[in-house]
Amino acid sequence: MYRYDEFDHAFVHQRVAQFRDQVARRLSGELSEDEFKPLRLMNGLYLQLHAYMLRVAIPYGTLSSRQMRCLAHIARRYDKGYGHITTRQNIQYNWIKLTEVPDLLADLAEVEMHAIQTSGNCIRNVTADHFAGAAADEIEDPRLWCEIIRQWSTLHPEFSFLPRKFKIAVSGAAKDRAALRVHDIGVQICRNDAGEIGFEVMVGGGQGRTPMIAKTIRKFLPKAELLSYLESILRVYNQLGRRDNMYKARIKILVHEMGADALAEMVEAEWRQVREGFVDLPEAEVARIERYFAPPPFDPAAGSDSGLDTARRADSEFDRWLEQNVDAHRQPGYAIATISLKSDGGVPGDIDAAQMEAVADLAERFSFDELRATHQQNLVLPHVRKGDLYELWQSLKAHGLAIANRGLISDIIACPGMDYCSLATARSIPVAQAISARFQDLARQKDIGDLRLNISGCINACGHHHVGHIGILGLEKKGVENYQITLGGRADGEAAIGAIVGPAFSAEDIVGAVETVVDTYLDLRETGEPFIDAYARLGREPFKERLYAAH
Amino acid sequence: MPLIKNGAIAEDAWQFPADDAPLPGQGPVAISLERWQREREVLQARRAPLGLLVKSDTQVEDFAADLAEFELIALDFPTFRDGRPYSAARLLRERHGYTGELRAVGDVSRDQFLFMHRCGFDAFQVSSGGALEGWLRAVSEISIWYQPTGDPRGALGTLRHRRAAAE
Amino acid sequence: MKLDIVSANRLTDGRVVYLTRDDGWSESIIDGRSAATKEESADLLADAERAVEAGIVVAPYLVSMADDGGAFAPLHFRERIRLFGPKHNRDGGQPAGRVA
Ligand code: SF4
Repeated sequence: MYRYDEFDHAFVHQRVAQFRDQVARRLSGELSEDEFKPLRLMNGLYLQLHAYMLRVAIPYGTLSSRQMRCLAHIARRYDKGYGHITTRQNIQYNWIKLTEVPDLLADLAEVEMHAIQTSGNCIRNVTADHFAGAAADEIEDPRLWCEIIRQWSTLHPEFSFLPRKFKIAVSGAAKDRAALRVHDIGVQICRNDAGEIGFEVMVGGGQGRTPMIAKTIRKFLPKAELLSYLESILRVYNQLGRRDNMYKARIKILVHEMGADALAEMVEAEWRQVREGFVDLPEAEVARIERYFAPPPFDPAAGSDSGLDTARRADSEFDRWLEQNVDAHRQPGYAIATISLKSDGGVPGDIDAAQMEAVADLAERFSFDELRATHQQNLVLPHVRKGDLYELWQSLKAHGLAIANRGLISDIIACPGMDYCSLATARSIPVAQAISARFQDLARQKDIGDLRLNISGCINACGHHHVGHIGILGLEKKGVENYQITLGGRADGEAAIGAIVGPAFSAEDIVGAVETVVDTYLDLRETGEPFIDAYARLGREPFKERLYAAH
Repeated sequence: MPLIKNGAIAEDAWQFPADDAPLPGQGPVAISLERWQREREVLQARRAPLGLLVKSDTQVEDFAADLAEFELIALDFPTFRDGRPYSAARLLRERHGYTGELRAVGDVSRDQFLFMHRCGFDAFQVSSGGALEGWLRAVSEISIWYQPTGDPRGALGTLRHRRAAAE
Repeated sequence: MKLDIVSANRLTDGRVVYLTRDDGWSESIIDGRSAATKEESADLLADAERAVEAGIVVAPYLVSMADDGGAFAPLHFRERIRLFGPKHNRDGGQPAGRVA
């Protein structure tokens, strides 16, 4: 993991002091709310329905145990004892007092964390494949480049007042687990024909009101030129992105209006000038950062007898968890364990302080002190020795965290919705809870198989409903919540935007409607055909027919 | 509206006549790009310093060829949210080698000073009162920058490089 | 019958508050000062704006209340959520439904 050096430390402390001064000026009346709002947003502080909400950055989703314990401390000391993992691998606290934010940020700074650029029209916290550095299908660990991007984008003087927010994701694996194609920029580590490693750069993806899939504007970018190229994209966007209408201000609209080829040409023209004398990425600096992402000291003997098969046979519950929540690791003898935060009846992504501490302990014991937050609102222990999996699972179980539903219908992505969010048009949490209750039976869930169900409480789509196999969007009609269903969305390498299936459903009917969609799939699927493939084959019609048959 | 230059309140010698107002008989004037293009000969014949007041939707390339004519470029922030002048400032300083006064005008307050300073602005027509003391504090709030820009204060890459060299 | 009250968030901690009869702010809607006419509503908002100037609250607005079987309750579900807190939040702030 990256560790701050004296400069990074000094920087975050200066930033805390700066914000402390801004809060003091607000409380003294020197700053009006209009003047203060952009300043607090630059520090991830929102005013929500019930209180201030603070979004803390977890850069590219990577956390140490010490950092996780600090997040638990913050939940207890400054909030009501819990936090919420977001679809951008960050954590949000819902009950924050403005007066306490400076102290909270100072506590975060002690563990090398901050809330910088988790909001506002700037380059947001960069996200990554949550299996980075562990995945068996990885070309190279993307976190080195994420950290380089994090540093480059932090308080970037030219790009802190962009037309709109700007999200970058990086993946180094064959399988896209980072939803690259729905980001403003998706960076895919790849190999060219000569076998060199570099980047494919995709631009203009996004969700929200006008969802779009990113287009590749450069097939291969040499590694050393990443920042000059990003700087060129951002400069073109900063100058030409629309500022007359906030709904048309994202770079996806620019790409859409001028065409990906035209944009690529402008970026390349800018880049030819920018790259000359662009000196901020000396090899020594890359090497310095890279050292922090060296693989942990794996035990080469871990591969031999793990005792795993015996435990599996002896405990079928463990076996189910293993099958559902554990993935192949690049290192023989190790595995990647996903901790589902989608408990039955719980709030997707919520985790309380005691659980945070438990998970921190487990990461220390079993995963070289490392944890990940995923954009699917779960946690990951990236480097678990296979021989330790059974013990890990037992400990997780004791904390209510051994839920074997990763990737199943109850592994729901849900934004906070109107239970917390002031922009919401409807609630999303109760819908998630009701769906997970309806599909409580794990055997039934397993039979349904791989299914991504995503819920957003408004068109901003923080709950990624556009890219859910089944997407649910909460809307309001005449003072009543109702819910629109989209089908066929996906966020992986074959990213697609879901299609609206028909008129929205009432809060009472939405769970039944989801069940109808699932039942239709079960009736029509071919042997072993996952939902998303069946949908691709069948299209929307059979689902639509069944859903609206009675109406 | 006070003008801040080099960390002090400065006398402003410049006049900014509206496009349809007559040019003052003497003294430095800053005009719009349209007026410059329209009245170039007249303006040059005045034999007084010339400045350009640039709207945020103007591309630097549109006047880059004439930069030698100007001693002042004032980039307008119609609202602090409009970040285009930051790019314009860096292009002027770093790409086109402009060394004259680069002034931020419009919606300019102390919480943007650092970004502006870093992009190459050296003069600030601030919209709020109590400016100087606040500005002096603001400009030293952050001393570490991750990005190299035209600002002569080095970026972190350089600092780390120096540290590595010293080790 | 329909009434208006004014709600806002308190500056220091962001909590939901209602403008009271004695021109203060309370977390309890019962203390809220109500307005039955357009003029009274405008007065309410004007008083609230003064509290904004004074740095006590932010973003005040009128909340419509309707007679809900004898008691007045906010008309819109958003306001009911603001009033009662997140509904899933059964045990006063813990995430609901931990599976032990
Ligand atoms: S999707 Fe809408 S309701 Fe949900 S968190 Fe985002 S802004 Fe709020």
